[in-house]
Order: sequence, then structure tokens, then C-alpha cells
Amino acid sequence: MSTVKTEREPMFSAKTKKLLIGPLSKDNPITVQVLGICSALAVTVKLEPAFVMSISVIAVTAISNLLISLLRNTIPPRIRIIVQLVVIAALVILVDQILKAYVYDVSKQLSVFVGLIITNCIIMGRLEAFAMANKPWPSFVDGIGNGLGYGIILIVVAFFRELLGSGTIWGFHVMPKAFYELGYVNNGLMILPPMALIVVGIIIWVQRSKNPDLQEEN
Amino acid sequence: MKALRKQLDKIKPQFQKGGKFEKLHSSFDAFETFLFVPDKTTAHGSHIRDSIDMKRTMSIVVIAMIPALLFGMWNIGHQHFLSIGETAALLEKFLFGLGKALPIIVVSYVTGLGIEFAFAQFRGHEVNEGFLVSGMLIPLVVPPDIPLWMVAVATAFAVVIGKEVFGGTGMNILNPALTARAFLFFAYPAQLSGDKVWIAEKADAYSGATPLAEAAAGIDSGVVNFTHSFMDMFLGVIPGSIGETSTLAILIGAAILVFTGVGSLRIMLSVVIGGIFMGGLLNIAGSNAYMDVPFYYHLVMGGFAFGAVYMATDPVTASQTNTGKLIYGFFIGLMAVLIRVLNPAYPEGMMLAILLMNVFAPLIDHYVVEANIKRRLKRLKAVKA
Repeated sequence: MSTVKTEREPMFSAKTKKLLIGPLSKDNPITVQVLGICSALAVTVKLEPAFVMSISVIAVTAISNLLISLLRNTIPPRIRIIVQLVVIAALVILVDQILKAYVYDVSKQLSVFVGLIITNCIIMGRLEAFAMANKPWPSFVDGIGNGLGYGIILIVVAFFRELLGSGTIWGFHVMPKAFYELGYVNNGLMILPPMALIVVGIIIWVQRSKNPDLQEEN
Repeated sequence: MKALRKQLDKIKPQFQKGGKFEKLHSSFDAFETFLFVPDKTTAHGSHIRDSIDMKRTMSIVVIAMIPALLFGMWNIGHQHFLSIGETAALLEKFLFGLGKALPIIVVSYVTGLGIEFAFAQFRGHEVNEGFLVSGMLIPLVVPPDIPLWMVAVATAFAVVIGKEVFGGTGMNILNPALTARAFLFFAYPAQLSGDKVWIAEKADAYSGATPLAEAAAGIDSGVVNFTHSFMDMFLGVIPGSIGETSTLAILIGAAILVFTGVGSLRIMLSVVIGGIFMGGLLNIAGSNAYMDVPFYYHLVMGGFAFGAVYMATDPVTASQTNTGKLIYGFFIGLMAVLIRVLNPAYPEGMMLAILLMNVFAPLIDHYVVEANIKRRLKRLKAVKA
């Protein structure tokens, strides 16, 4: 397993940079790998919970990737999923407690979805596909990159849903009063989960028409 | 006509390859083929020749909608003058309705065709014909007092998300006009519920409730009080969306569709049978006032007839096989009545029933075809043995 490398890689080599940047565009966990859709639909009604959720997921993916990568040579392959779950669950409980302590209102809005980070496919996917076979530092960067890729989609979706569905951004009214006087009405569909799916779909549409190499051949 | 043809021929070279407006080729093509039957023929392979092309088919559907549209315009005026407690001449009512309905039609066509043309230019396709019908269906399924910007937003949503995403006319899974209506229904429920349509300008003794709203209210109060008789509902002198009120006008449209072979009689009939079947079952169950509403009322209330004739028969989103059409239509009728009666949150079950069955249509076709293959294989085996 442990191959001895003579030369040390620099902290931010081209390879590690790719781990960080890749998930933001061409390897995006939500729009390309279509993972973690469930929570993306559930917490994107407002920008604030979406932001807090993104931070939580970034923290969990990064730290669990780091820990599993450190443990990777000692974990017996047969029970690796259990070990991974224990690590993730411990981290999620930590995150949950921190949210309850410092941002109680948001944690109430997020309710069960913080706990459900445990089952978020992105995290398990990264542990299995990356952390089990890579050194701690690249694993940590990979975790942050994938968390960011998840978060950026969440924030874009939440931005449009909050703006069009409630006329607010981060809880502040931004739609001019004059609009409402002219007969503008907030779009109720934006608040319903199907619209999150449609907004994610539109993002996927735009992304694929810009990157032809993402399009499937058929 | 000749002069028009000459003019078109004169400007045609500019739109062809190498011409000044080469990029606008598909727009020109759309206008030319709309005005004149194209003379292009397929060069290779065997194919069935038919003198009627898609633009002509669509035009027939639009013609079939005219009775419902004209009646709807008159009815807008009729309901308006009724609600303010005045009487007015036929023409006066019609003109009032025209003033209400025409802007909606214009907005729907301008938005929808604008997007269709933009996509066609962008993708280098021909402009799709489908919107000729959708653009007319959308105004007919909305209440007359809907704000115009909502019509524009819903039309844009329906054309982009309901159709262009899937590749344009012929590729869509959901009926675009119903997608627009569903969008309005969920996004702006207050403006689309329909029961408050005439209230803004009502006289005291006048209730603007649609029969569907009255029937749904019967669940709580224990008794359904219809303001209008069965005959009123059949003729369509009731409040409601612009084109859906008159079952009679819709039947005229249905006759045109069936006579020209454009609409499928099979689907229309099976929708009606499905509705009667479910209505009858609920009559037998009869555990609340709405369930006791006689089954034939469901056929004339709300959008049932309109949906059965113009929406369910959409050749793109309906089932393609003959057996499939029967199953598809039957379940539309069944689901429509079921949703209406058992789920008071959705007074208009027809829209949701058709959208649901649109999604299932390919599945129904798949199993019909599979069953056919299996049956024939069995026959083959019997002969061999």
C-alpha cells in the first residue's frame, strides 16, 4: 500500500488544484454526478439555510475525508463502510450540536436535514472513491472541493427560489414595493420542491450546452 | 394571394444560403410554409403521402376551438353584466368579452411564438408548428381577469420547460397548454382559483362561484347548492375559464375534430366513459354531499369536456396505440372525477388527470405493444407445434 515517494509534492500542485476546482464545474457532485439531490431540493427555499447547509456539508466532507484517509491503511476492507459511517455520524452530530448552539433558528429550519447529511451520497462517494486510496492532504482538498461544488449549486438555486418565491434575499426585501403595487405577486411554485428540481435542471441544461464533452452520446 | 406569393419569391433569395439574412432562414421558412403549402417532397425512401401537413392540421384544431372561444367571449360579457346587475345587448356583451379575451390571446401568441422563433434561430431548426394550437389553448383555460404578465410568464415557462427542453414540438412529454395552466395554478393560486373571478365588481345578491367551487363547498356544509341548472352548465352560461364553460360549443368543436380526422374519437369517448364510471361509483358510495352529485354533472362542470376534446387528444402527448388510447382516456376521466371529489384542494381535477396520464402514456403504449408481441409469438408457437 504505502509506496515511498522520493520527491515531496508542493502543497498546491496542479493536481491538488484540480481536486479543488474540478467539482466546481466539470465534476460537480450535483449537476454532473447527480448526488445529494434530496437535500438540495429540501433546504433551498431560502438562502440562509442553504448557506448554513453548504458550510456544514463542506466541513463534514473535508474532515471525514481527512480522517478516513489517515485511517485508510488500518481499516479492514470488509468493515470499511461501517467505519466510514461511524466517522461521518460523529462529525454530523458535532455539526448539529454546533448549529443548535450558535444558529438555533436556522438549525430548526434545517431540522432533519442536518442529520441526513450522514446519508448524503456525496460524502460516502468521496470516502469510497478518493479518501480510501489517497494521502490525507489531497483527500482534505478533495473534500473541500466537493463540498464547495455542492454548496455553490445550493446557493444559486436558493438565490433564485428566494428571490422569485418570497421576494427577499437573505431575509431582506429586495423586490421593489412598486412592483407589488403594479400587481406583481410572488411565485408560489418557487417555494414548492418541484421548482428546485426544475431550477437544478436548468443549471444542468446550461452547463451541458456550454461543455459539449459532458453531453452523453446516444 | 398572387401578389403575396410574388413578394415572397422576391425576398426569398436573401434568406437562403449566402443571402443577407441567412441567419433568419427558419423564420422566413415558417412564414412561407404557414401561408402556402410547401412544395418540398421527400427525395428517398418509401413514405405515405398526405396532402395535409402539420401546419394545416394545427389550423384545423384552431378552427375547432373557435366556437368555444366565441361563446367564451360572449359569456365573459354576460357574466360581467349579470354581476353588476345590468342587462345588455348580445353585441355589447360580446364586445366586452372581446376586450377581455383578445389581450390574453395576443400576449400568449407573442410570448410563445417569440420564444419558438428565438429557439429555432438559435438551433438552426425550422420553427415548430405546435404553438399555433397551444397559443390558443392557453387563453381558453385561464380565467378572464388574469393579469397579462402572468399569462406571459406561464407561456414562457410552458414553452421552455414543457417543450423546448425536450427538443420542441413532437418531443414533449406534457401538454404545453396544460403545463402553463398547472404553472399558474401552483404559482398564483389566488388568481387562478376561478371562484373569485367576478367578485371584484359584483352586485350584492350575486355569487360568482363556479359550479366546481359550489360542489366542493358541499363537503363541509353537507349539501350542494348549485346556482345554475344542468342545462345552464351544458350551454355554458356559468362563471369559469374563458373557453371551458360551454359543453355545447365544445361538442361542435369535437364534431369538427372528429369529422376531419384530426382528433381521436376513441380518446374523447373513453374519457367520458371513465368520468361516468368514477362518477357512478362515487354516487353509489355517496358518503358526502359532493359524492352524491349525479355523475352526469361532472361531464358539464369545469374543464372536463374541454380537456377531453382539446387536451387529452393532443397527438403528441397521448397514447399512440388504439388499445392504449382507450386505457389512457379511461384513466383521465376516472382520475379527473376522483381528484375533484376526493381532494378539495384541487377543484379542477381534469388538468392534473391529463398531466398525470401524459406521463404514463408511453408506458401504456409499451405494454400494449409487448402484449401484442407476446400474443403473436404464442400463435406462432401453436402453429409450429
